[in-house]
Amino acid sequence: MTDKKKKSTDPKTYKFDTLSLHAGYQPHKNAGSRQVPIYQTTSYLFDDVDHAAALFNLERGGHIYSRISNPTVAVLEERVAALEGGTAALATSSGMSAIFLTIMTLCEAGDHLVVSSQLYGGTVNLFRLTLPKFGVKCTFVKPRDTEGFKKAIKKNTKGIFGELVGNPGNEIMNMPEIAKIAHDAGVPLIIDATYQTPYLCKPIDHGADIVVHSLTKWMAGHGSSMAGILVEGGKFDWMQNDKFPTMTKPYEGYHGLSFAEEFGPTAFTMKARAEGMRDFGPCLSPQNAWNVLQGIETLSVRMQKHCSNAEKMVEYLLSHESVAWVSHPSVPDHPDHDLAKKLLPHGKGSMIAFGIKGGKEAGEAFINNVKLASHLANVGDTRTLVIHPASSTHSQMNEATLKFAGLSQDMIRLSVGIEDFDDIRNDFETGFRAARRPRLVSNQ
Amino acid sequence: MKFQVNGVEVFASTGGRPFDKKKPLIIFVHGSGLTHMTWVLQTRYFAFHGYSVLALDMPGHGLSGGESLKTIEDMADWISDVIDAVGYKEASLVGHSQGCLVILECAFRFPKKIKTLSLMGGAGAIPMNPELLSLAENDDPKAVDLMMDWAHGPAGHFGGHPVPGLYHINTGGMLAKSRTIKNTLGIDFRACDNYKNGFKAAKEIKIPTLSVLANGDKMCPVKEGKKLADLIDGSKIEIIDNCGHMMLLEEADKVLNVLKKFILTYFPIKKN
Repeated sequence: MTDKKKKSTDPKTYKFDTLSLHAGYQPHKNAGSRQVPIYQTTSYLFDDVDHAAALFNLERGGHIYSRISNPTVAVLEERVAALEGGTAALATSSGMSAIFLTIMTLCEAGDHLVVSSQLYGGTVNLFRLTLPKFGVKCTFVKPRDTEGFKKAIKKNTKGIFGELVGNPGNEIMNMPEIAKIAHDAGVPLIIDATYQTPYLCKPIDHGADIVVHSLTKWMAGHGSSMAGILVEGGKFDWMQNDKFPTMTKPYEGYHGLSFAEEFGPTAFTMKARAEGMRDFGPCLSPQNAWNVLQGIETLSVRMQKHCSNAEKMVEYLLSHESVAWVSHPSVPDHPDHDLAKKLLPHGKGSMIAFGIKGGKEAGEAFINNVKLASHLANVGDTRTLVIHPASSTHSQMNEATLKFAGLSQDMIRLSVGIEDFDDIRNDFETGFRAARRPRLVSNQ
Repeated sequence: MKFQVNGVEVFASTGGRPFDKKKPLIIFVHGSGLTHMTWVLQTRYFAFHGYSVLALDMPGHGLSGGESLKTIEDMADWISDVIDAVGYKEASLVGHSQGCLVILECAFRFPKKIKTLSLMGGAGAIPMNPELLSLAENDDPKAVDLMMDWAHGPAGHFGGHPVPGLYHINTGGMLAKSRTIKNTLGIDFRACDNYKNGFKAAKEIKIPTLSVLANGDKMCPVKEGKKLADLIDGSKIEIIDNCGHMMLLEEADKVLNVLKKFILTYFPIKKN
């Protein structure tokens, strides 16, 4: 009787796997097309001048011009918002443009951000070199230094930014504690969760206010299309202080509209679209949105295989004679192992960093001799990918910055794919054999 | 805009245009536990087309101060106080769900002040599911999850929000969680459950009335809406396909179109 009663009060809203396939799309409004159509168009007919004015005034929802929004892209946006537990999302041409648009929506010249030091090299350069040109300065803090985030907050700080699991060193930010620090200071926490996807972690559930992704990676999986997205959690109160006047005060660009008053839990996305997409224009093409949607349909099954292969790979590397060290949150002596268990209960991800014995030369030999694993500047493909960060993704950094970012010359970054694990292991054996060879020669 | 009603600060969206006392006034009243934001795809049209609009946050809700009012009758009196507070003698009222009970009772009590009624997903009585009521009064977030489940039609569960990039269920859920659940949803649900005067009030209504009903509405089904509408002299009924109780967002354009037609006919802008 009690069980029956409990069952009757469970909401019947769709679960993750169902949302991955269906969220954001209604076939009956699209000629019954079961698949999401690709709206390959720049613009949309207005019924009359009143309809046109209504769209421009945000009186009605709808599409005007594909730089601002597009029906195919909108399906992707809603789907990712649904999967992340967010209120709204805005897709962009790449993950970097999603970050840039987020910061430009949040900040003005003279503002400051507190930023994790463990980031993708491109993101480091955005925060370290490019944003200061717009008058936005950043203080970098090591991701495990939770107290450091608090100390770095200034009067003009407008947010805290970090990758949940740092690239490429696998350091994990204590998201719930850092969220509290951000919220105590009246600023939002922005988390790049590209490595996790919402299948492994929904940052909004742990206090993040805005989540950004490079959809190019695991979300799409196929490595065919560039795309990014920002997702709004909807909980952040923009009106709690006077730090965000462009969110709360009348905005000249839309007849004195206050985004926070009018749109509340979706205010950030509305502003990012109405202002950011209009003025900067990093729009996602409908074809690429459709390609990403194909990937998202199989997100959960792919992530399960990525994670199981990664666990096998960790075990293999840990016992390998050519490997000096392995960094992955599933390793019990990883400094963030306990935090990973809490934040990443469905799997610890498929990014592994390891040190190869023999340093830089051995690393280069390994990379040059693996045949199945692809040597390229991407992660999160269904195929196994390898790279030597010090000579590629992070090569624009000098020795000191490299060290601050937690990188070393012997580090190999590995994105474990979903091939048969035996084949990946055999390929790595070939690479390791080659890596040992130069040292044998030099010892003779 | 913010203004005072009975010494308490009230927030109302004016639909993105400055509040202008020379224009006819339309007041929008939200449903249980929600805020002015549920009306965003209706209010802005009227604000940009010659009306003064107030999409209210009820006391204790959204950005308004004070505590939630405990009965539908108190809420009806408060709407009348709002009309006085902004310096008007009359207004057209638009309500959603619980808001329908409020404006029905308001028109019953203050017939000279109210020019038209537009009832969105309304019924003469809204008895609450006892489990849902108990969850809300005990501050359990599951009350919001259940409300969002039942309030959206099958299509709305998939999404397809008219505003690109917004996801219905999470947006609605966040609105309902914007303040303490027991102090908003809990009190509102109890007020709905206790209200018994709807059918009596309906028989006394002599002003133009529109009932907009959704064929997928599980919370205020079409047959309940029709039962109420049949009691109101000359009441008009519009049924919206492909949506549930959250018709204002699920089929925002269709709702706006029927509301527009009704308001422009029965509460037109006076031309000088």
